Amino acid sequence: MMASAVAIAAPVPVVRRDRQRLIEKLAGCGFAFPAFLLLLLTNLVPLAVLLYLSFTNYELGALDTRFLGLDNFRKAVTDPVLRRSLANTFVYVAIVLPGAVGLGLLIAVLLHRRKRTRTFYEVVYFLPVTSTLIAMATVWQFILHPNLGPVNGMLRAMGFGEIAFLSEPAYVLPTLAAIGIWQLVGFNMVLFLAGLSAIPRDLYEAAEIDGCRSGIDRFLTITWPLLGPTTMFVIITTSITAFKVFDTVAVMTRGGPMGSSEVLLYAIYLEGYQYFHMGYAAALTLIFLAFVLLFSILQTFVLERRVHY
Amino acid sequence: MDTHLPSPHPSPGGRGRSPVGTLARRAATLFVVHGILIAGAVFILLPFVWMLITSIKSPAEIFAVDFSLWPKHFNAVENYGFALQKVPLLRFAANGVIVCAGILLIQLLVAIPCAYALAKLRFPGRTALFALVLMGLCIPIQVPALPLYMGLAQVGLLNTYFAIMMPFFLSVFAIFLFRQFFKSYPDEIIHAARLDGMSEFEIVWLIVVPSAWPAIAAFSVFSIVAHWNDLYWPLIVISDTHLATPPLGMMFFADAETGSNYGALTAAATVLTAPLVVAFLIARRRFIEGITMTGIK
Amino acid sequence: MARVELKSISKSFGGVPVLSGIELDVADGEFLTLVGASGCGKSTLIRIIAGLEPQSSGSVLINGAPVDHLRPHERQVAMVFQSYALYPHMRVFANIGLPLMMSRLNLFERLPIIRMLSARRRRVMAEIESEVRAVTKQLQIDALLERRPSQLSGGQRQRVALGRAMVRHPAAFLMDEPLSNLDAKLRVHMRTELAELHDRLGTTFIYVTHDQVEAMTMSDRVAMMDNGTILQIGRPGDLYMRPANLKVAQFIGTPAINLLPAKVSSAGSVELFGAELPIRARRPAGSAMTLGIRPEAITLAPLGTSRPGMHLLPGRLRRSENLGPEHMLHIDLTSPASGTIICSVAGDHEPLTSDSRGLALLFMPSACHVFDVEGHRIDDVEAASAAAAPSSDPHARAFGATLCPLPPKAGEPCAPCGGPAARTS
Repeated sequence: MMASAVAIAAPVPVVRRDRQRLIEKLAGCGFAFPAFLLLLLTNLVPLAVLLYLSFTNYELGALDTRFLGLDNFRKAVTDPVLRRSLANTFVYVAIVLPGAVGLGLLIAVLLHRRKRTRTFYEVVYFLPVTSTLIAMATVWQFILHPNLGPVNGMLRAMGFGEIAFLSEPAYVLPTLAAIGIWQLVGFNMVLFLAGLSAIPRDLYEAAEIDGCRSGIDRFLTITWPLLGPTTMFVIITTSITAFKVFDTVAVMTRGGPMGSSEVLLYAIYLEGYQYFHMGYAAALTLIFLAFVLLFSILQTFVLERRVHY
Repeated sequence: MDTHLPSPHPSPGGRGRSPVGTLARRAATLFVVHGILIAGAVFILLPFVWMLITSIKSPAEIFAVDFSLWPKHFNAVENYGFALQKVPLLRFAANGVIVCAGILLIQLLVAIPCAYALAKLRFPGRTALFALVLMGLCIPIQVPALPLYMGLAQVGLLNTYFAIMMPFFLSVFAIFLFRQFFKSYPDEIIHAARLDGMSEFEIVWLIVVPSAWPAIAAFSVFSIVAHWNDLYWPLIVISDTHLATPPLGMMFFADAETGSNYGALTAAATVLTAPLVVAFLIARRRFIEGITMTGIK
Repeated sequence: MARVELKSISKSFGGVPVLSGIELDVADGEFLTLVGASGCGKSTLIRIIAGLEPQSSGSVLINGAPVDHLRPHERQVAMVFQSYALYPHMRVFANIGLPLMMSRLNLFERLPIIRMLSARRRRVMAEIESEVRAVTKQLQIDALLERRPSQLSGGQRQRVALGRAMVRHPAAFLMDEPLSNLDAKLRVHMRTELAELHDRLGTTFIYVTHDQVEAMTMSDRVAMMDNGTILQIGRPGDLYMRPANLKVAQFIGTPAINLLPAKVSSAGSVELFGAELPIRARRPAGSAMTLGIRPEAITLAPLGTSRPGMHLLPGRLRRSENLGPEHMLHIDLTSPASGTIICSVAGDHEPLTSDSRGLALLFMPSACHVFDVEGHRIDDVEAASAAAAPSSDPHARAFGATLCPLPPKAGEPCAPCGGPAARTS
């Protein structure tokens, strides 16, 4: 190492080493300081405040605040509005997850072997990921319009009646979920494509010599097992993203009709920024955080265990 | 050992095929494969196509009972003109640029030195800091949003560019990502630079950063896309339309035009979506790298 | 066991020809090696035989029947890949047993959960298990059945790959550089093992390598390829003693053959540095030739010595490499010759090479390999009448018109010529 070469040459090696260490320490602290400060201000302090608030009944601008203990949390657990929003969120995730992961995998598997058309399809499927969801949501609203939208137009042309996608409580969540899938397929597709290209080609050749004839055999014997880590990862990120659904609800349905599309984040938004029930909203936010942490921990846990060989 | 001389015969499950049979099989497979891919592509492209077409149609045609894909009368000028006038669309786009650029700049300025320190320097509290960074990765913006809003309200900084950008100045993801990259940077080069008399500051910005360019570019893409399209936070802190970012602006516009002027609505949607989509089409590789960086988390 | 024939195999990738007009006939039970530098097409050829790659034209026949329309697993060949291609997510047992499972169980008996319902599956799996155990015992890896490939060493993985091939009792084994990923010592060990395996099984082996030592030591016959064609096929000794092509001469043999520029004299003989050699060159006068001489065919003597029948080149020692049993001497040729020659000398060369007068490099003209400007061997290398009478040379009789390149020591048998008496075509 260079440092020791210098040390041999110089008459006072100890001092130089110590000085170097000091410089390192100072530089390190200095470099890390802004980040640390911001971490404190934008993450740690807010978390602490949230914790504190969740035990109070603070409302924005209120003059007196009372300490409530765990009342907020108790209220949350029994509150039918909140339970409904949690249920809605889970239903949403339950639809988006298989849809976005399954479709992403299907498209990736189909695209993986194409040569000339691959770029074209990759671009097309990835477009929704880059587009501004709010803008596209507005367009979707139009497309799904009972009278003016082409979807219902086609349904009418085929002899079915119109479906009020966004104003019928039973259809709202699936419709929003479909739009969520629309937005996520391209992203998952790219992740799966990366996973697929990590599988060595000669495994498929060895399998072919060993008797794997059809595509199903190849998929079951080689592709699916070796995609394990990628699949797990896609499942978890899709779950987390789906859990954080907000934009489409805020723009298209506002939680309606009759709260049938009110999801957790939207409920929190209403509580905190429309009704200004800060204390309660803080408690809800912590519940939200708990779920996200659960998913994230699962993610790190699975990746550490490495469904890998 | 085999007692007979095995001549290659089709094994029970396989079939010896004639060349014609193979061709037919291949054609059928291709047909099915592309059939599925195209069906999916239609689903994906539907909103884009519809958006573009509606934005150049006249109101009469939009509300017509019968459907025609291609407009008979081009109303593009009116629609776009209306959209641009009624709501400051270009202003929204400009805000998007300002906000994203500002956020990205500060993110890089903060994250790069910190990542370098975490990767290469020994200083007290390093492990603790890294643990905090990891923890921060799990906390989405919606969590500290509430206290931050309250804090900003207290100091009267709501409705400012600063308010929109502030929570994002620290990107733990950037720190994590760059740290990974810097860790694999050869130590010898840094030692050589130190011996040449460079200060740590110069080493970071003049030596290490240029080699990290791909990672920085990919992260920049990720950051820009994420913040251009972010609705939650701007919705909370901005009520002044002049400061609205594209998603928020779209929402304002949609509110103002509920139910009637679809032509203008889709025109606005096109204007606001176009920048990123065009950028994507130009720099496809970087985009996909950047956005799937969340994957390598 | 099978006979594998290739008839006029050609292959192009998008207009770029990779193989041209390959004709090959591998006898039943033979160990044939395809050897050549990277890019010569040997891997492509073996993949065509396996059925992994379709040829552009020509036909592959196994046991006389064309197999071009058959898929790889229908051709009854087994392949060992360079990277072994072991399934990383399966244990050794499943890796080796997979071919049997694929061929004996139908789809339902293989599907993950549904297969638990099948009684037939249990019976078949019991059979498969005993077969796998038999094979792994032969290869001495039966203790490793429960391990995953990532838990095995390089040599163990290689044996698992072999086991997977053996368990199918194929008509032919195809091996694509299976030893390249092993370290040098292990490679030498596995060479012997593979050769012994071939002897034991008696199956046809078609082996691909870029290492000429492997080719020479393991094979019954060697086919050297270059640029998509087979330059020469023959027994290892044939390729060494009578390289048909300059490239073959250069590739086979370590250290490489010494090459000197020569030309055709006006009298029609080969002329080297102004001196005529008693070698008839059937080419027009003045054409360029290359003369090759193997390091061990050169005898060293003090400058000024001459020996009857041997040609002399003057030189000076530049460098000597001590290999233990012998020395490799790098000698600069001095005027009128030029260039550097490597020759091998056993024992102490000091008294000879430290002579200030310089060295005489002596060799028999019959030990030369002469190639024309296109690299083809000139077959009529005749000794002049004044030299040692070829007819009295026992080695000449053994090889017909070709003379043994190594001048025999009086009274001693010549080791390389201990091979078959008649030259095969």
